[in-house]
Amino acid sequence: MPETIDKVAIQLKVNGKLYSLAVEPRTLLVELLREELNLTGTHVGCDTTYCGACTVLLNGASVKSCTMFAVQADGAEILTVEGLAKDGKLHPIQKAFGDSYGLQCGYCTPGLMLSTFQLVTKNHEPSENEIRKAIAGNTCRCTGYQNIFKAIRLAAQNMKGA
Amino acid sequence: MSGNGQKWVGKAVPRKEEERLLRGLGKFADDIKLHETLYLRFVRSPYAHAKIANISTAEAEKIPGVVCTLTGAEIASQTQPFIEIAPDAGGKIRDYPLAVSKVRYQGEPVAAVVAMSAAIADDGAEAVQVDYEALDPVVDAEQALTDASILHEDAGTNKVWNGVFEYGDVEKAFREAASVVEIDRMHFHRFSSTPLENNVVIGQWDPKDERIYYWCNNSFPSFAIQFLAAHLNVHIDRIRVQTFDIGGSFGIKITSYPQMAVCALASKKAGGRPIKWVETRSEHMTSSAHGNERTFRDTRVALDENGVITALTSRHIDDCGAYPRYEPLGCVIWSQVFPGVYRFKNARIDFSQAVTNKCPVGPNRGYSRMQHLWFLERVVDICAHELGIPADEMRLRNYIRPQEFPYTTPNGCVYDSGNYPKMLDLAKGLIGWDAWKKKQAEARKQGRMVGIGIGTTLDSGTNNFGQSQIVNPGAPFSGNSQGANCKLDIYGEVVVAVGSCPQGQGHETTAAQVVADVLNITPDLVTVRTGFDTERNVHTGFSGTYASQFAVSGLSAVHGAAQKLKAEMIRLGAHVLESKPEDLDFGIGGQGPEIRSKSNGKSINYWGLANIVNVNSAVLPPELYEVTLNCRYIWRAPFKVPDIKKKYGNLTMTYASQLHIAVVEVDRDTLIPKILDYVAIDDCGTVINPPIVEGQVYGATAHGIGAALLENCVYDEVGNMLTSTFSDYIPITAMNMPNVKYGHIETPSPHSYSGAKGMGEGGAAPIHTISAALQDALFDKGVFIQDSFNNADSLFRALHGEIGQTAKLVKVERRVGSKA
Repeated sequence: MPETIDKVAIQLKVNGKLYSLAVEPRTLLVELLREELNLTGTHVGCDTTYCGACTVLLNGASVKSCTMFAVQADGAEILTVEGLAKDGKLHPIQKAFGDSYGLQCGYCTPGLMLSTFQLVTKNHEPSENEIRKAIAGNTCRCTGYQNIFKAIRLAAQNMKGA
Repeated sequence: MSGNGQKWVGKAVPRKEEERLLRGLGKFADDIKLHETLYLRFVRSPYAHAKIANISTAEAEKIPGVVCTLTGAEIASQTQPFIEIAPDAGGKIRDYPLAVSKVRYQGEPVAAVVAMSAAIADDGAEAVQVDYEALDPVVDAEQALTDASILHEDAGTNKVWNGVFEYGDVEKAFREAASVVEIDRMHFHRFSSTPLENNVVIGQWDPKDERIYYWCNNSFPSFAIQFLAAHLNVHIDRIRVQTFDIGGSFGIKITSYPQMAVCALASKKAGGRPIKWVETRSEHMTSSAHGNERTFRDTRVALDENGVITALTSRHIDDCGAYPRYEPLGCVIWSQVFPGVYRFKNARIDFSQAVTNKCPVGPNRGYSRMQHLWFLERVVDICAHELGIPADEMRLRNYIRPQEFPYTTPNGCVYDSGNYPKMLDLAKGLIGWDAWKKKQAEARKQGRMVGIGIGTTLDSGTNNFGQSQIVNPGAPFSGNSQGANCKLDIYGEVVVAVGSCPQGQGHETTAAQVVADVLNITPDLVTVRTGFDTERNVHTGFSGTYASQFAVSGLSAVHGAAQKLKAEMIRLGAHVLESKPEDLDFGIGGQGPEIRSKSNGKSINYWGLANIVNVNSAVLPPELYEVTLNCRYIWRAPFKVPDIKKKYGNLTMTYASQLHIAVVEVDRDTLIPKILDYVAIDDCGTVINPPIVEGQVYGATAHGIGAALLENCVYDEVGNMLTSTFSDYIPITAMNMPNVKYGHIETPSPHSYSGAKGMGEGGAAPIHTISAALQDALFDKGVFIQDSFNNADSLFRALHGEIGQTAKLVKVERRVGSKA
């Protein structure tokens, strides 16, 4: 273990806001979001890229922020759950999850909604199989997924008009 | 005036919890950041069983940013071992939060490192040197009982507990039986519901007031503080525990008190700074808690000429891992559902529990009852098959009948209500039983292995802690209780606090529904405090969230507090409005929620009432001084202490029931089991909030399906845990969760004020149901489904004669007069 670790300067945009930061090379993206930027809506569940509680959108693609170093996000645009609502109004995906009882403890929900975001922004009529595949990397331990399937179908419908 | 008598209980009221959770503004323990926080990492044993020869923390302490370290020996010198619930010899086990002279499972913490950052604490933990001398590990409970290698020298035996549960006249029933079925061995596997949020503790031993503060996600805080106060030698009032949003527990977070102890002691050593410990997933998998593993030996079943079970004898061995902790309570808790849903009266079960070199167990969803219910469902299916009775018909012949409720079981439990035949009917209708039977017959002709299975289970809720005296006559527990407070705050807001510790069950919503009905207002006008806090003074020694009880214990407490508040509001309102109490109406007026007099039309809103009591009290006549509009109510379950010698008494208040049917195909080429169709029927009495109940059923169903087919805590023969990450353990995902057809019936409970029954654990019905379906698929292959966990690998071994051979494991004796 080195005595001192040189920090690396990075710049990234999170939820539309530009940040210039110096981070340790070993800092994970999720640590940066949670600890430095205080965006604690992004969660950690498994540490091994299985559960997707840490899912965020990086340049529009869903990624697991526990499996990326913060320095790899240099220059990127990131969307987290905190950036979904606009002007205080819930995003149609958030509304769909709420209306469908698509959450219980709510720990997996931010990651699930961002995986849903990636799916339904492009696809307003996802098939059952497309829905299942879109969230294959998001584990939920409370809901048994049934109401999440409903929520994603409803979100896709909500997005049609959006 | 709105608040027009509309009732909210029973309605699909949207969850109050949703708004913050959807915005990413839920407050989970790891989200809490306190000034001057230090971070703690554990050094853990790579061995399942070894002597600790030496621990050197010197190198770790040299790392810049490491503040201090802590070892087991240091802790043992300043604390008491944790309370053991077992009588001797199990009671002699000495359990400390860090291993003292030896380690007893892989992942057991042996030291802790405290540092300025989590990363530095990680570096420090890696620099701690521990020398081990390996000992023989014991990973099988039956082997453990031979005491060839002893885990706890103070106890002198690996047997934690043993007791015989005998009722009726077993010998007579066997003498008179038309047939006797014998089953050699069955095994319920070890798994965990693995909440997505790991354990988190922030602990502070504040030298300024000598109090210990916790911000954490423990799910049974009033149990934790009882263990912590005795361990740390402090008055229980010195410990404050707060929880906030919790990312699931399923019982697994009940036993996080050892880590809570370490955080407090580390804080003390670090000068009172808050210590944060955030468990990693691998730590969670190896060393938080697993569900109980159980082996069933030498089972004998007596049946009459109609295939009705008349008696049963068996020997059950429970594996509690390296330390009993919540155990041996599981050694009696299974007997809440002693006969399951069946009518047999005569039975003898010899029950033992052993320690093994594996992760300690904790009360995982379906705790201790699901193992027993799985056993009974296996027995029923095997008997049905051996006697040539269809599985559905076998159940109808053996079910407790609807007209027999309330039904007293052989061991004195009172099943409040239920209608199992009706549930079976509904399930068969929803899944299309007859059509599937036809399809199955056609598939079999093509050589496909398709099976249809039924599982009928119970979710016993609100338990009588008097059953602890059955395992230990000296245990100072009995009954059950819960506390709640309902008040009008200074500006008239309705505020509710309750001693539960929710993790997604929607307690804020259902509590608001109950209060809204009492006061004839709307649930959005009721604020329900989030999480648990000892300082709210609404907890009893049983407070927390576990054992399927909030709808009964929690909401009864809330209802009681709301009634008390209402009575005070009536007293005050009658005085202020110059009316008779019976002339007062509750509702919502132009200035918010109010009380109005029917006789003179005068009204006063909640602000007005709260104003008088809190800040304008000179207008009160002395006879109303006792009105506080701040009402604490403790609800108590009407239990008696059970007869300890006979192991007889009512152990639980309500019995929700589940009936599931699964159609499963075992792929001919890969042997991967696939669910083709699935139905889940639930009966939890009067439903408080239908979508919340439905959500609980889906969740419990996913846990059961995951456990039946995917999730298994695997240890090798020397106690290495082979499933220590999610990628190895494979929690069920959207890719392997089938669509579930949901239905429900309501048989209101006569035991609760609202007719509701506790629910949520779901009896692990899918495990039994899938075992039954696999059994049905493989009967004609000579395979006996003897384990609760089945995957392509185990089915391959069974189909190749290595395990689970019916001919070897099941014997049937048919006697003269047997029609079956």
